Amino acid sequence: MRYLPLTQPDREAMLAVIGAATIDDLFVDVPEAARLDGPVRDLPMHASEMAVERHMSALAKKNLTAGEAPFFLGCGAYKHHVPASVDHLIQRGEFLTAYTPYQPEIAQGTLQMLFEFQTQVARLLGTDVANASMYDGSTACWEAIVMARRITKRGKAILSSGLHPHYVSVSKTMAKFTGDVLDTAAPELAADMDLDQLIAKIDDDTSCVVVQYPDILGRIADLRPLADACHAKKALLIAVVTEPVALGAITSPGEMDADIVVGEGQSLGVGLQFGGPYVGLFGCKDKYVRQMPGRLCGETVDADGRRGFVLTLSTREQHIRREKATSNICTNSGLCALAFSIHMTLLGEAGLRQLAEINHAGAVSAAERLSQIPGVELVNDSFFNEFTLKLPTEARPVVRTLADRGILAGVSLGRLYPGEDALANGLVVAVTETTTAEDVETLASALQEILA
Amino acid sequence: MSRFFTKDHEWVDVDGDIGTVGISEYAQSQLGDVVFVDVPEAGKTLSKGDEAAVVESVKAASDVYSPVSGTVTEGNAALTDDSSLVNSDAEAAGWFFKLTLSDPSELDSLMDEAAYATFVEGL
Repeated sequence: MRYLPLTQPDREAMLAVIGAATIDDLFVDVPEAARLDGPVRDLPMHASEMAVERHMSALAKKNLTAGEAPFFLGCGAYKHHVPASVDHLIQRGEFLTAYTPYQPEIAQGTLQMLFEFQTQVARLLGTDVANASMYDGSTACWEAIVMARRITKRGKAILSSGLHPHYVSVSKTMAKFTGDVLDTAAPELAADMDLDQLIAKIDDDTSCVVVQYPDILGRIADLRPLADACHAKKALLIAVVTEPVALGAITSPGEMDADIVVGEGQSLGVGLQFGGPYVGLFGCKDKYVRQMPGRLCGETVDADGRRGFVLTLSTREQHIRREKATSNICTNSGLCALAFSIHMTLLGEAGLRQLAEINHAGAVSAAERLSQIPGVELVNDSFFNEFTLKLPTEARPVVRTLADRGILAGVSLGRLYPGEDALANGLVVAVTETTTAEDVETLASALQEILA
Repeated sequence: MSRFFTKDHEWVDVDGDIGTVGISEYAQSQLGDVVFVDVPEAGKTLSKGDEAAVVESVKAASDVYSPVSGTVTEGNAALTDDSSLVNSDAEAAGWFFKLTLSDPSELDSLMDEAAYATFVEGL
């Protein structure tokens, strides 16, 4: 890392230019109580690089990482195998140093990559078009809700109880500033999704219904009746996909007539990375493309008839439209999109299907084994690579005990839905191609022992 | 029928109490290739100076303001299929919307064709 020192005369010269007497004058807007009034407590003023390294690695060793334990966590972030070639390719200088197309038409390679990404995403989601990467799945979900408001000119969104609570939380935060009304509920530990309840709620004020697929409990349903019910009331159906690998095996929401399909692309090419950066996916029907956030990368020919790529529909972006932009998120997660695209390319269509089959088969075996444990009940009657178990006791302390034994057993619903007592016994278990039969057996044995 | 212009380069043709609004030939020449026009829906009430429509060219999006107050009776549906009408025929077939004028006296503050031509020359 470069160290750029400032001398006292440098500081004084800069302060003089902006008319401040001292550095503290720059921070007068920060409340006194929030300011640091001395050295950080318990932190030495200096230490050697080697000592810092040793200390940091000792701290890091306290973590139980995804790679060193039987791992069953999912709920929107999944541990998949990312081929080493993905990491190698995204770090090539041509991509790494030029991935943000500030002078778009000059960056033909970047534009071509974004074009490929859009094509892959549109095919995966089953939509006519897809844009070139959003920030992440949760913000893409919110962008879809405001897009539905722009299209329908209505301000009430009905969110499925099966929508990830963090996605709901992001939407609620944003809705504070737009005035959108969000109708939400917590899920029930039942095999059926809440499609009938959603259909019953749709009225003339409804802009959209947002449903997750597979949902937070791992359940899968045919979305066509819901799409029909939305369209009968001139509302839109938004489908959220947090596990895109699922679409290698199950019918895409676009094929079931969802108007907007958004998702989280982390599963393909992007590691768990402590929760980010991730990459949002966003596709919609062609007729709504003008209301889609972000911009598209399009294919064209130049004056000599040679193939080329351009950014198009950029006129809806914040650098041109400012407060009237369709979105004010200032990232396109370009490097994560590149990783997604390379991983998809390496897999190919047949490879994605095969990967999906491996995931599903592993999850079916795990569900069978775990539901044999006395007192443990499988909630789902359909799932892809993630399902919900109902334990005979609260899941949260069970997960904690298993973590202490070096097993990351899944996500307890008590943690996702604090205060919802009816969900406290629920445990969401994810299985991917990285999960071995031994991992499942280790979890099953330990769980049986704890519950006995 | 008489035609009036604004300093923001909108024109309005007035026939009885019905006004037809578009952007000037000069404006379209400055915008370049128009790729999309968002016109207001019938029934929308506009005050003079309100944002009424949006015209997008390849690199820019511009608001179109209502030159007069009134209620929109029709948006030009032809622009949905062919926004290039704004380029090819800005002051006739490329009109944006029609409205019923609620205060015809507002026309007094607008420019006639000759005054607008002088205004544009000075830009």
